[in-house]
Amino acid sequence: MSTATDRRAPDDQVVPGETFTPPGGRSGRDALSEMSNPHRARAVKDVVARVVMWAAFALAMVPLVWILGTVVAKGFHMLTTATWWTGNQRNINSDDFGGGARHAIEGTLQMVGFTALIAVPIGILTAVYLVEYGRGRLAKAISFTVDILSGVPSIVAALFIYAVWVTAFGFSRSGFAAALALVLLMIPVIVRSTEEMLKLVPNELREAAYALGVPKWATVVKIVLRTAFSGIVTGVLLGIARVMGETAPLLILAPYTKNFQRDLFNGNFPTLPMMINQDRGDFALATAAERMWGAALTLILLVLLLNVIGRVIAHFGAVKK
Amino acid sequence: MSTVTGVSAADQTPGPDRRRPLQSDTASTGRIGDRLFGGAATVSGILVIVLVTLIAIFLIVQAVPALMDNSANFFTSRVWAPGGEQPAFGILEFLWTTVTASTIAMVLSVPVGVAVALFLTQYAPSWMRRPAAGLVDLLAAVPSIVYGLWGLIAFAPVFKPVQSFIEDKLGWFPLFAPTGISGGTICFIGVVLAIMVLPIVTALSREVFDQTPTAHKEGALALGATQWEMIRTAVLPFGRPGVISASMLALGRALGETIAVTFLVSALADGNPWSWSLFNGGETFASKIANNASEFSNPNKTGAYIAAGLVLFVLTFVVNSIARVVIERRKAFTE
Repeated sequence: MSTATDRRAPDDQVVPGETFTPPGGRSGRDALSEMSNPHRARAVKDVVARVVMWAAFALAMVPLVWILGTVVAKGFHMLTTATWWTGNQRNINSDDFGGGARHAIEGTLQMVGFTALIAVPIGILTAVYLVEYGRGRLAKAISFTVDILSGVPSIVAALFIYAVWVTAFGFSRSGFAAALALVLLMIPVIVRSTEEMLKLVPNELREAAYALGVPKWATVVKIVLRTAFSGIVTGVLLGIARVMGETAPLLILAPYTKNFQRDLFNGNFPTLPMMINQDRGDFALATAAERMWGAALTLILLVLLLNVIGRVIAHFGAVKK
Repeated sequence: MSTVTGVSAADQTPGPDRRRPLQSDTASTGRIGDRLFGGAATVSGILVIVLVTLIAIFLIVQAVPALMDNSANFFTSRVWAPGGEQPAFGILEFLWTTVTASTIAMVLSVPVGVAVALFLTQYAPSWMRRPAAGLVDLLAAVPSIVYGLWGLIAFAPVFKPVQSFIEDKLGWFPLFAPTGISGGTICFIGVVLAIMVLPIVTALSREVFDQTPTAHKEGALALGATQWEMIRTAVLPFGRPGVISASMLALGRALGETIAVTFLVSALADGNPWSWSLFNGGETFASKIANNASEFSNPNKTGAYIAAGLVLFVLTFVVNSIARVVIERRKAFTE
């Protein structure tokens, strides 16, 4: 790669003390040094472009540093309080300090775990269909709808589940209903990442299995999926991380509670995003703001932890050629 | 990574060995195991189609009765009073706010996102590329509620003087007319959305820029092009479809972004005068629905919100379909 883009390499061959004139035009650096050179404008443009690209990257880093910096600076001391990892928010009002986040952490983990339980098999099987079986119209249609599903806004997914679960079936809002909405958001992520991984499995492995008379299903299950296993796990973890921070479905479908609550099917359900949302109206109060930042930091840490684990697994378990 | 965007740019491409994966025509070879497993895979795939179809059907079915009872024009009215004997509701304000804020987000994030992608693929020293790309992806890993929180508490006070400066200097222009609202203006929401969708634009653009054939790039350089000229003549034309579809996906995300907007938005009072100003408040589809989740008391009221959600669904559907079509055409072109 570097030889392709490094257009300065020939310059290094100039013998000191000798004037070197490139046969065609001149490269940017030469032109810059000679004011009379007609290619000066081009060279200036080149330098300007270079500066703009670096500046754009620096600009993109500003919000990242700012957001992470603020969250850590304002939220970290909450994570070191005694009750944060053990208690809940029971009887704690906006103007009270602290309280615990354990109910929300457990709730979030339980909800995304349940979501993954439904979404992962569907997602992986769909990817298996697309890569190993699918051909023609049906496969095209499925691939297209997966794209559409990945573009469905979370609020629309939530409205759909509301329309089915609450309006049509008459159930009440619950953690389970929110998990169903998260399933819709998670499926396309799992399908796409699994698909990529299955495509990386060398055909020789499949051919070898077929040549030995292994049935197709066993080839897929025991050879293809096993080879791609670590990549699939990575995709699943990234998918979980993705839905973990989703708030819109929770807002519509799973009202928050400040208490411990393990029951996904009845009553309100505590989650980290909703814990942040709870104090939204009182963000001017220092105690409420602190709690929001603390919960935000906890949520980011959970998401990052999943991302890191996912990438480590991807790194050590990549498909070998 | 394609998981950032949820869409892979290379669906049908052969594997690293340049051969297509082995495929059989049917899911079953007659063996019981094959029938079960192939059947399960097919059913899962069909289930996805069914789900997407059901989303459309359920939203339409529950929106229609409310729309029939609506006494105002759904598309041109700015009133939102879905309850009561004479429900009247229209989406004009949400449509304006949603589309304008998303447009601002696009105007800001596409040039910067493409520049960052060019930086990551063409300019950055090779030791820096992977970690730098990881940092940009990190921006995508930040949950949107955190963007909302940050925008509300940390960014809004910083943006305020910028807004008053523009209002002072350019206030005569209708788009920048002062409205007395600061904080959750359309413009501010657009800027926050721009930051949120930046990693989407960058991720997919980076993917396509990376695939520019080395021969194109070397050819341009051999003809004496500067690095920028090489990018303009080889990399950008090759990557254009990818950039367009990346922008469309980002637009889809911006249109539907809920919780960050809900945190930031300043709702307007009923009967407020119409203003073209970008410094006006106003709810987006998503924030209006999210803010009123507790109001879903009777079917007609819920129906009105579902109708608004349906419009949002159609908007994002169209935008995502365009992205998909552009990617498909590129594939046909390169194969």
